[in-house]
Amino acid sequence: MIEVLNISKSFGNKQVLNDVSMQFEKGKTNLIIGQSGSGKTVLMKCLVGLMPVDQGKIMFDGRSFHEMSFRKQKEIRKEIGMLFQGGALFDSLTVEENVIFPLTMFTAQSEEEKRERANFCLQRVNLKNSNHLYPSELSGGMIKRVAIARAIAMNPPYLFCDEPNSGLDPITSGVIDELISELTEEFQMTTVVNTHDMNSVIRIGDKVFFINDGRLWWEGDKHQVLYSDNEELNDFVFATELTRRLKAN
Amino acid sequence: MIFELGRYILLMFRVFRKPEKWSVFRSQFLVEINNLGLESLGIVAIISVFMGAVVAIQTSYNIDSPLIPLTMVGFTTRQSVILEFSPTIISLILAGKIGSRIASEIGTMRVTEQIDALEVMGINPANYLILPKLTAAVFINPFIIILSIGFALVGGWLVALLTHLVTTHDYITGIRYDFDSYTIIYALIKTVFFAFLITTIAGYKGFFTRGGALEVGDASTKAVVWSCIFIILFNLILTQILLS
Ligand SMILES: Nc1ncnc2c1ncn2[C@@H]1O[C@H](COP(=O)(O)OP(=O)(O)OP(=O)(O)O)[C@@H](O)[C@H]1O
Ligand SMILES: [Mg+2]
Repeated sequence: MIEVLNISKSFGNKQVLNDVSMQFEKGKTNLIIGQSGSGKTVLMKCLVGLMPVDQGKIMFDGRSFHEMSFRKQKEIRKEIGMLFQGGALFDSLTVEENVIFPLTMFTAQSEEEKRERANFCLQRVNLKNSNHLYPSELSGGMIKRVAIARAIAMNPPYLFCDEPNSGLDPITSGVIDELISELTEEFQMTTVVNTHDMNSVIRIGDKVFFINDGRLWWEGDKHQVLYSDNEELNDFVFATELTRRLKAN
Repeated sequence: MIFELGRYILLMFRVFRKPEKWSVFRSQFLVEINNLGLESLGIVAIISVFMGAVVAIQTSYNIDSPLIPLTMVGFTTRQSVILEFSPTIISLILAGKIGSRIASEIGTMRVTEQIDALEVMGINPANYLILPKLTAAVFINPFIIILSIGFALVGGWLVALLTHLVTTHDYITGIRYDFDSYTIIYALIKTVFFAFLITTIAGYKGFFTRGGALEVGDASTKAVVWSCIFIILFNLILTQILLS
């Protein structure tokens, strides 16, 4: 479980996060939704320790990340898998090498074991026969899948995904969403996903947090999200023509 | 400027750490020896031969008094090549070649979040990315400069041979005349300093790139410009310290 306690973050005099508190549960897919520029990416970067917070605490199963020594933080980092918006695959390495990379850096496994683990992860994300391709030779959806495989290679208890299906077609988005949700259950990870895709929300949102204007505006689950009386949330949820029509019916 | 210097120094503190894994560092080091060193040999050879040739021609052109022996051509070529042309000019060329390469490689990794990915994994990206390049260049550049000196002297000799300005015998005698091995040490010390400047300035510029493809190009240009400026500056400082 990850607890976010009253964190604030500003850049200069621009306040991006304002006293945000949330709880992400183990084995659940936790979604953070909000408009572009509402601070989702900043929140996630604070969560994984890429950005310092101005105030507040982030607890990983009771361990406060920002109050730790550098060495201890590193231990937690090894428990974090992250899927970046653009995939962030190392472009000098092949697909297989990308997945093997964290294993090489942090385990004493033999080449054989590492390759086996990498192939297991790649199979798990339904990527076969692409082991020796370079990131520049992959499609957007494949990049995301390799990135997920790399993120889960170390069997992390915490998984973070920043907009896993931005730029993908609806079918591939669905596949990626399902994958994240399945892996979360299967490996009992605490998963946090940034998204502004309503399809993902109603498909996999075990828990949904709506951020608006740097504050936590609403929280609930995929069933409640369509029936809230929160005005800003409804503006967001029913922003597309499709959802508006569905609601009218 | 003060801000940049402070940030550069802080970055250096992060670069000079123990690598996460020595076996990984060793293979990165070998890759960089190839990328930064061996792949530069072609251009270094060509430039050195022509540089030596030009110095030889210019020297013989300037000798118009019969009182000055023609062995002076070999002697002067050797001195200017060792003291200045090979260590400084070749380092400036390398600043263009490997400086832009390093800055754009690291800059691209920054803007595509690969550096963030390293950091989230718990790897020190400054150390992981910059140290192998730095150590490889500091190690291989002295060899490159020695080769460059050799090529330049051959260039001068080719000119002597083809234009009959001086005889091979005179040229060789000149090259061997009053040789002080300290000049080689001076050249190598400069080379090592310059290699350090090129790789760290380029690494710094790449590491702190913000934005997209345009900024990566910008970082790589700035890396070359600033490396050149600092090479020229340190050339003066080191020469004052080492030769006076
Ligand atoms: N490094 C930074 N320096 C200054 N301001 C920043 C920085 N990073 C983000 N911001 C600002 O913080 C705000 C929130 O940005 P953020 O990237 O978190 O939005 P987002 O919710 O992820 O949007 P999107 O859905 O488009 O990805 C933006 O207004 C942005 O300008
Ligand atoms: Mg974002």
